[in-house]
Amino acid sequence: MNMFPYLVGGWLLLVGCLGVVRSRDLVHTVVCVSVAQSGTYVLLVAVGYQSGAAAPVQGEGTPVPGPVVDPVVQALTLTDIVVSATVTALLLGLVIQIAKLHGTVDPDRLNDLRG
Amino acid sequence: MDPSWLPPTVIAIPLIGACLVLALAQHTPRLVVDVAALVTALFTVAGGAVLLVVVGAGRVVTRVGGWTPQIGIVLVADPIGTALALLAAILTACALLYTWRYFDSAEAHVHVLLLLFLAGMVGFALTADLFDLFVFFELMGAAAYALTGHKIEEPQAVHGGFAFGVVNSLGAYFSLTGIALLYARTGRLGLAPLGAALTGRGADVLVLAAMVLVLTGLLVKAAIVPFHFWLADAHAVAPSPVCALFSGVMAPLGLYGVVRVYVTVFGAAVPAVVAHRTLVGLGVVTAGLGAVMCLAQRHLKRMLAYSTIAHLGLFLVGMATLSGQGMAGSMVYLLGHAGVKGALFLLVGLLLARHGNVDEVGLHGRGRADGVARWLFVLAALALAGLPPFGTGLGKAISEEAAERWWLVGIFVLVSAATGGAALRAGLRVHFGLGKPPTDADPDTTSGEDEAQEGRFPARIPMTMVVPVVVLLVGAVAIGVVPAVADRLAEGGRLFVDQAGYLEAVTHGAAATQTPAPARWWTLSGVALGVLSTALAVTLALLAVHGRFGWLGRLLDTPLRTLHRAHSGHVGDYVAWLLGGVAVLSGLLILPALP
Repeated sequence: MNMFPYLVGGWLLLVGCLGVVRSRDLVHTVVCVSVAQSGTYVLLVAVGYQSGAAAPVQGEGTPVPGPVVDPVVQALTLTDIVVSATVTALLLGLVIQIAKLHGTVDPDRLNDLRG
Repeated sequence: MDPSWLPPTVIAIPLIGACLVLALAQHTPRLVVDVAALVTALFTVAGGAVLLVVVGAGRVVTRVGGWTPQIGIVLVADPIGTALALLAAILTACALLYTWRYFDSAEAHVHVLLLLFLAGMVGFALTADLFDLFVFFELMGAAAYALTGHKIEEPQAVHGGFAFGVVNSLGAYFSLTGIALLYARTGRLGLAPLGAALTGRGADVLVLAAMVLVLTGLLVKAAIVPFHFWLADAHAVAPSPVCALFSGVMAPLGLYGVVRVYVTVFGAAVPAVVAHRTLVGLGVVTAGLGAVMCLAQRHLKRMLAYSTIAHLGLFLVGMATLSGQGMAGSMVYLLGHAGVKGALFLLVGLLLARHGNVDEVGLHGRGRADGVARWLFVLAALALAGLPPFGTGLGKAISEEAAERWWLVGIFVLVSAATGGAALRAGLRVHFGLGKPPTDADPDTTSGEDEAQEGRFPARIPMTMVVPVVVLLVGAVAIGVVPAVADRLAEGGRLFVDQAGYLEAVTHGAAATQTPAPARWWTLSGVALGVLSTALAVTLALLAVHGRFGWLGRLLDTPLRTLHRAHSGHVGDYVAWLLGGVAVLSGLLILPALP
């Protein structure tokens, strides 16, 4: 088993979180959230991968010979991408409103919710 | 009759209703939209109630699409999950009735989002599949972020909605990572098949890491310290009826998820004593911090939000016993709390509609003319402290009995007294003008002066705003005085912690064994402890109103300022705390299992 894709997945998740922590711009924050989520895509696809296996597409009358990669994790990844698109769009919309109403997108200068 | 069509129907009703309302909104007047949304919510309430009756003291299992549980998605309705789904539907109906006269604009966004939110919560409570749980978690989340940022022209609202979205999404991705690891190890996604696959295998480090990751997302939703920061910000800025839903059922659903996933998936692989110790620790810290921060607020919605955090900690302590009784006690407490806290949020919303302000200092004495609302506020504050015969008091009593240790009982009494006292202090100041308005203010706190107006300054309080408050308070009393509720939940608690029975029901559809759980009801000590915490709350509120803390106040000044400063409203800080929380959780859950 090749560990490399798993390490990449874990790294993307952590570096995305770190990016949110250190972010100085909310658009950058939203992109970092997407980066963190990309880690889950890599991990999911890596879980179902088999070396040399075909794509899990079964047409009528033409069964794919030999092993295929796990279709379940691919379905999960697609679902995950849909969720990501929704959340990213919503967060970017909120950033536009924050920029309009606060006049800044620097999280260090947003200080109206404290205590 | 085979009742397996019922659970998917209850999830589908609000989804279909949301689509209909969205389609109607283009062409019809506001009234039609209001009625359609309310009718949909009421249908969901009816569906949930029928399901609760059908479930009885057993489980209803649905194999979606007819797939076997090893491959397909399974829905399982048990008494506790169904009760939570029904609670979500009732609170949504109350919120929709309340919004009837609440929002100026004639748009249908709120209605559609509330119904989608409801669908997410019902699905979350009824699913028996880990990935499905994640999907409903996200549906619930996306609707909730949008509802939080609903007042899109208000600077604080978009800020709070953004922080909520980022923190919850990252939590969800941690959960998804854990789900992927579990799938890699077992090839299963259903809760019961996962539990079966892990039974007997023992917990290696990968499984334990997956557990930490899955629980992280759920603990973020449940606002357990140190994952709690988003909750106060979101509650401070969300419309008040939405807050009633967040506090009453959304955050408690996170706790439900924590215990559900632990019991069904990891129950046999991870020793109960380790999970118990960890969850009790987290619960106690959360309860304590929530109570202190609750007392230190002047923004009324933030105050109620921290009170929710404190109560979530108490529920977690009850559930962490991992016994049927602890689960039942927490559920009774949770249902009573949903009614009481929902009523308090709606009453604060009334203040916001009439006076355009939710600041305890700024509103001092201005709520004197609010008629029946001011008495309801005081009553709800006392109920929050656990006044018998409210459901909060009964749930607290049962939980205290289940917690057994005296110091945990002490925490239940003190924390409920502190949150009730804080709410009562606000009620006495705002509605009765007692004491002098305090003058000092910590610069690191949020005042409620800038809160955007909701509603249109009604000269008289409209009935559509009072009726939901009364309904919620009557409901909270009913939970405490109707024995059937506690009995049913005692049965539900026993089923909830029975991993083998759950697995059996999912794979073979076997009926639950009928060994009635011991009934739980008011005991003399339960009533006495309820009265004690209410009396403490009244004392605390009177002392606070008249500002007699002297040297104690000066002593607490510095730690309080530090705490306020830690709740910085900075999304990066919140995520840093989240990562720290994952590290602590790993230490608590993984280290004991290492050789």
